[in-house]
Amino acid sequence: MGTRNPVTWLGSPKFPDAARTALANTQLRSNLRKATGTIRGRRAAAVDEMPDWEDLRLAGEALKDEVLANLDVYLERLEKSVTERGGVVHWARDAAEANEIVLRLVRETGSDEVVKVKSMATAEIGLNEALEAGGVTAIETDLAELIVQLGNDRPSHILVPAIHRNRSEIREIFRREMPDVPEGLTDEPRDLAEAARAHLRRKFLSAKVAVSGANFAVADTGSIVVLESEGNGRMCLTLPETLITVMGIEKLVPTWSDLEVFLQLLPRSSTAERMNPYTSVWTGVTPGDGPQAFHLVLLDNGRTSTLADEVGRQALRCIRCSACLNVCPVYERTGGESYGSVYPGPIGAILTPQLVDDPHDKQAASLPFASSLCGACYEVCPVRINIPEVLTHLRARSVTARGRSPESIAMAAAAWVFSSPSRYERAQKLATFAKLISRNGRITRLPGPGAAWTSSRDAPVPAKQSFRAWWKENRG
Amino acid sequence: MQKVVEKSPKVALFATCLTDTLYPATARAVVTLLERLGCSVEFPLDQTCCGQMHFNTGYPDHARGLAGSYERTFAGYDAVIIPSGSCTGMVRDIHPQLGAEPAPTYELSEFLVDVLGVTDVGAYFPHRVTYHPTCHSLRMLGVGDKPLSLLRAVRGLDLVALPDAESCCGFGGTFALKNADTSTAMLSDKMRHVLDTGSEVLTAGDNSCLMHIGGGLSRLRTGVRPVHLAEILASTEEDPWAPATR
Repeated sequence: MGTRNPVTWLGSPKFPDAARTALANTQLRSNLRKATGTIRGRRAAAVDEMPDWEDLRLAGEALKDEVLANLDVYLERLEKSVTERGGVVHWARDAAEANEIVLRLVRETGSDEVVKVKSMATAEIGLNEALEAGGVTAIETDLAELIVQLGNDRPSHILVPAIHRNRSEIREIFRREMPDVPEGLTDEPRDLAEAARAHLRRKFLSAKVAVSGANFAVADTGSIVVLESEGNGRMCLTLPETLITVMGIEKLVPTWSDLEVFLQLLPRSSTAERMNPYTSVWTGVTPGDGPQAFHLVLLDNGRTSTLADEVGRQALRCIRCSACLNVCPVYERTGGESYGSVYPGPIGAILTPQLVDDPHDKQAASLPFASSLCGACYEVCPVRINIPEVLTHLRARSVTARGRSPESIAMAAAAWVFSSPSRYERAQKLATFAKLISRNGRITRLPGPGAAWTSSRDAPVPAKQSFRAWWKENRG
Repeated sequence: MQKVVEKSPKVALFATCLTDTLYPATARAVVTLLERLGCSVEFPLDQTCCGQMHFNTGYPDHARGLAGSYERTFAGYDAVIIPSGSCTGMVRDIHPQLGAEPAPTYELSEFLVDVLGVTDVGAYFPHRVTYHPTCHSLRMLGVGDKPLSLLRAVRGLDLVALPDAESCCGFGGTFALKNADTSTAMLSDKMRHVLDTGSEVLTAGDNSCLMHIGGGLSRLRTGVRPVHLAEILASTEEDPWAPATR
């Protein structure tokens, strides 16, 4: 492995430790409970009114699987069609290469400032930091991204990166950090949005270069699609002279008509909207209309190795809707920062460790264990990623990479006991001795790893007689 | 799945290692209930554990061995009944992935409603009860409202809906140990909802989830008692449910 993959944040603790800190933040808990609860309900209503939702999910899954199975073919087709329409295609193996390409392209324009459309791919590679190091200022224009950027904060949600902030916190960030903040700014959402609008409008009108991600790219036509809700994307994608799009190589759809499926699945799953508010599509360069230079950076950054894993590759179907975050009981309580990555929640728990692709990275290895396997994520996923299946698969990978440990010895011992009914029976008899540490029918303190259980729950007192012993005595 | 059509089906009970060892009253209740409904129940003594803990914690090789034992132990039975949604899910969904071909296996409420075709099992349980639908029974098996339809037919039972019922209690097997703080945060919300119902009894189809929520309810001295669905359904006026003596 060469340079560190910036998909995880340097110095992030392992999930259980990061979560412990987050759980103690009462403001965060309240903000998240309110936000995820609201969006969960709205999504359920938007999905329930679709009689063919399950068919759409199956279609989405099938299309993505078709693309992943023939990715080489579709990528070359995309390169050809983009090039034919006047765009320039660049290939980036990893984050460092992608950042280098973008920085070089910006420098070639002579500009030292770019406006940005909210993009997970550029967050994944740490583009803003790389541009800053190269003397280029990146300005986030999505409201939530702007809040995160001004607050010198980290994104905590794929769709709503400032979900961990409430409106009075946002007002404080604006008052502190926005250079042209209006006097007497209130915490009314309308006022906050107006302040951001005025601040951003000046940037839109002056910027020469925009950087975006892509929700979809049509291999046949070379068309790139961006979905957003605020109109900031439309400004960035049409006003500047140069447009640079960074896109993960899995974002393809074969043909134009395949978009029909995803333009139904994505808005209802993410923002609970029936139709997406601003859907921008462009194909190469159109003389006299919009950016006159278009660059497409195709990013691998761990995707090819993810694709090689038969179980894990389904994570590449993800269309970044966030539905799994909003229904996840773990995410709802710990928030996004605990995952130590731009991809939090259930999808992050399976995507991050695969993109990092380093079995000895303990932080990334802790992520697949950050789930009770309740399955709520799989139930809502618009492209039917079986997240619990990938979680247990990656857990096995972590266990193998870790080698011998107290846990692996205990698990082997348990399997040895369970593999013989007579050993199992003797172990059951031994377990009844746990009664000795009970008081008034309760066990309030267990030794060893059991202490984590009794930190908040009493442990059951084993019965005097197991069912097996009862059966032998009465029915055997 | 093949359905049992005989008048008096001969079925096997898989008690699960947890219920066998810690909650034998639940397994005895399953036997009482099924015999009352005309089944002849066997308990093959070769059974131990379905391997779920191993599989879910990242030890599929150990789980594979246990899936093989399960297949051999129950080979030839028309139906295996498990008083646990998550162990049933493990057998039905995961064992085939591990190369085993388990006998037709049903979670208790599925067997009662789908195979025996009963919802009124003649039970009597004069208590205020709330029901927690466990994640695996809900999402892996899709038991839907079968347990509720069984509870609604129990005489004397005052069933109160649990708010936010479908959210996980935070157990998740070794998750409760590895991520104890997060698990506890989930548990606290579940307990709050249980207490909001004013119920004396919390029921579910899984003793593992009941052990978790019940452990929290006991720690806080709430006075709410976890009771497995099978024990409620086995209770009658002639032989009413009584707390297990330990």
